[in-house]
Amino acid sequence: MNTELLGIATIFLATVALAIPLGHYLAAMYRGDRTPTDFLAPLERGLFRVAGINPAKEMSWQQHLLALLTINLVWFFWAMLVLCTQGSLPLNPDGNASMSPDLAFNTAISFLVNCNLQHYSGESGLTYLSQIVVIMFLQFVTAATGLAAAVVVFNALQNRSTEKLGNFYNYFVKSITRLLLPLCVVIGVLLAFNGSPMTLHGKQQLVTLQGDSVAVSRGPVAALVAIKELGTNGGGFFGANSAHPLENPNYFTNAVENVALALIPMPMVFALGFYLKRPRLAYMIFGVMTIGFLALLAPTVYYELHGNPAISSIGISQSLGALEGKEMRFGAAASAYWSITNTVISCGSVNSMHDSFMPLSGMSQLLGMMTNAFYGGCGVGLLNFFAYLIIAVFIAGLMVGRTPEFLGKKIEAREMKIAVIVTLLHPLLILGGTALAAHTYAGNPTEYAGWLANPGFHGFSELLYEFTSSSANNGSGFEGLGDNTPFWNISTGVVLLLSRFLPIIGPVAIAGLLASKKYIPESAGTLRADTATFGVMVLTVIIIVAALAFFPALALGPLAEHFSLY
Amino acid sequence: MLVLCCLIYPALVWSAAQIVPGHGQGVQLTHNGRVVGFANVGQKFDRPEYFNSRPSAVNYAADGSGGSNKGPSNPEYLATVHTRVEAFLSQNPTIKRADVPAELVSASGSGLDPHLSPAGAYAQIERVARLRNLPIAQVRALVAAQVEEPLIVFFGPAKVNVLRLNLALDSLQGR
Repeated sequence: MNTELLGIATIFLATVALAIPLGHYLAAMYRGDRTPTDFLAPLERGLFRVAGINPAKEMSWQQHLLALLTINLVWFFWAMLVLCTQGSLPLNPDGNASMSPDLAFNTAISFLVNCNLQHYSGESGLTYLSQIVVIMFLQFVTAATGLAAAVVVFNALQNRSTEKLGNFYNYFVKSITRLLLPLCVVIGVLLAFNGSPMTLHGKQQLVTLQGDSVAVSRGPVAALVAIKELGTNGGGFFGANSAHPLENPNYFTNAVENVALALIPMPMVFALGFYLKRPRLAYMIFGVMTIGFLALLAPTVYYELHGNPAISSIGISQSLGALEGKEMRFGAAASAYWSITNTVISCGSVNSMHDSFMPLSGMSQLLGMMTNAFYGGCGVGLLNFFAYLIIAVFIAGLMVGRTPEFLGKKIEAREMKIAVIVTLLHPLLILGGTALAAHTYAGNPTEYAGWLANPGFHGFSELLYEFTSSSANNGSGFEGLGDNTPFWNISTGVVLLLSRFLPIIGPVAIAGLLASKKYIPESAGTLRADTATFGVMVLTVIIIVAALAFFPALALGPLAEHFSLY
Repeated sequence: MLVLCCLIYPALVWSAAQIVPGHGQGVQLTHNGRVVGFANVGQKFDRPEYFNSRPSAVNYAADGSGGSNKGPSNPEYLATVHTRVEAFLSQNPTIKRADVPAELVSASGSGLDPHLSPAGAYAQIERVARLRNLPIAQVRALVAAQVEEPLIVFFGPAKVNVLRLNLALDSLQGR
């Protein structure tokens, strides 16, 4: 086996090996059991005292959502304020300007919803102050928001009838102090030791060896990149994200960042099992997610390692695979692996340019975001998966002719309606948005010529990718798209808001409704949710709902391009 | 929370960075007492007597990174690749068309890729040796010394840092 394949296999196994113990830790930590991080308790008590919050007060699911939405609104105004005035605030050694209102709107929302779609380039679009107090701050708190919402669902699925689902602020603060911060310090230090800058100095002017003058951008990179990956945020310090040699200096940091971005979504699955004392359920979910992940990974690695047939026909052998948009220190395999982990997990950072991948690799990336539940984002991936689970339970229940129930709670019309709305919202936003953009473009191709960097099928894929990435709260892009225009800033901003908060509100509401229902003990006639058979059922539902809804659009973009190339 | 995430945490990482080479500023390389670049940030080498670096969509502007974002079937892009192949062959007439290194005709993701594959460097040996009046074997040995093996031998691709290679080349001739 060659070193490139060995490298990605090792990255995957390392992630799983870390995920299981971390899952145990998360379950214990959220349950409030003794953990090695108890020494941080005084810090948390101090935070709660300053904020005047009683962390022991139990909240209903409605109160949880109210708290969640209120603090999000506060953060939005904070971000808008800083971004619109950054030019005249301190920590701006490169003299970068303030953002236009529509760009600030898009940026504030995109980071607020943990998407990190970037319609600017970090080197020139932001100051160090905005990078730290807007970008990095939101990267911490939005990850913690998703986690807290997931823990509320955990609480609701326990074997009892209750209205009380724990305290939102308690889960939120603990997510930061006992999970995100300690891991970020470790990752940040590893990055700094490998050559990522961590400085407040501005650009360095220098003359290169052959005599050209260049200015090299720097900044507090290491700290930001750590939370960018760990919090499944993906918004990089520089325009080129983790392809930039200062954000991701070598193969080792590439592996560290790649493990880091799965280091919360994957353990959260195990944490669900350990929290509910139903480990088999966690293994079933993990199995389904992993099968989906590998099914997308395999073709991508294959096509990237085999290179671009159009370039082969020029006469080049491409023994190292397709290299357009990729970095030599990672190679084709690690770039392909990264692109799939970053699209199935709604992180969206890139270490190579997705726009230049082979058509079917691009389709796998799109499918990763279209399903959006194979591991998924911090907390929210599990919430999306939960909506699919509910639908699978319902269909399976109908097939065997029993009242559908999940973990001892009856699934009824109201829960089903919410689950279906949540799952159908995603295709609606993606396809509706793409249709609108394609219609606008086709109406006047000369006026909008700046939108697309590539003609034909690939241009359509660029439009589709942008809305898929927005709706999946992913944030990566086919970056050939000229997306810093009012149309794109506002349309994707709206998509981002809807697709972040409805998929949080929906599953939390379902869970809240289920929690208050009577618990029915399991019997011989119960549909067991932790079996392989049920796993196949869930996978089928995901394929039918997510993948088939998008098939016509995929046929027009990546599939058509594939058949024109091969 | 703002204080914790935005002040204490960056300060921790910053202080750790102070003890590593470059003190958190990035690792700089000097030549004859002059800073000529960052070890990790690629720079443009297009003069024929140097080992050339990869094409860059942003012309190696280290304050505005980015890739070409050209799709694999874009005819304009394929024409560019074709031109690059012809240019490489005319500069390096001893290389066969099939052996033209793919990275030297395709742009990197960041536009600042500091590396080539070993094959990418070896393909340029004869040209560099000829223009610098050096024996080919000596230049080949120089490249071999600059090849960075995969991580712990097993993981990832082998590569050559173009700036370090060219620095070694200049030092060899006392430039």
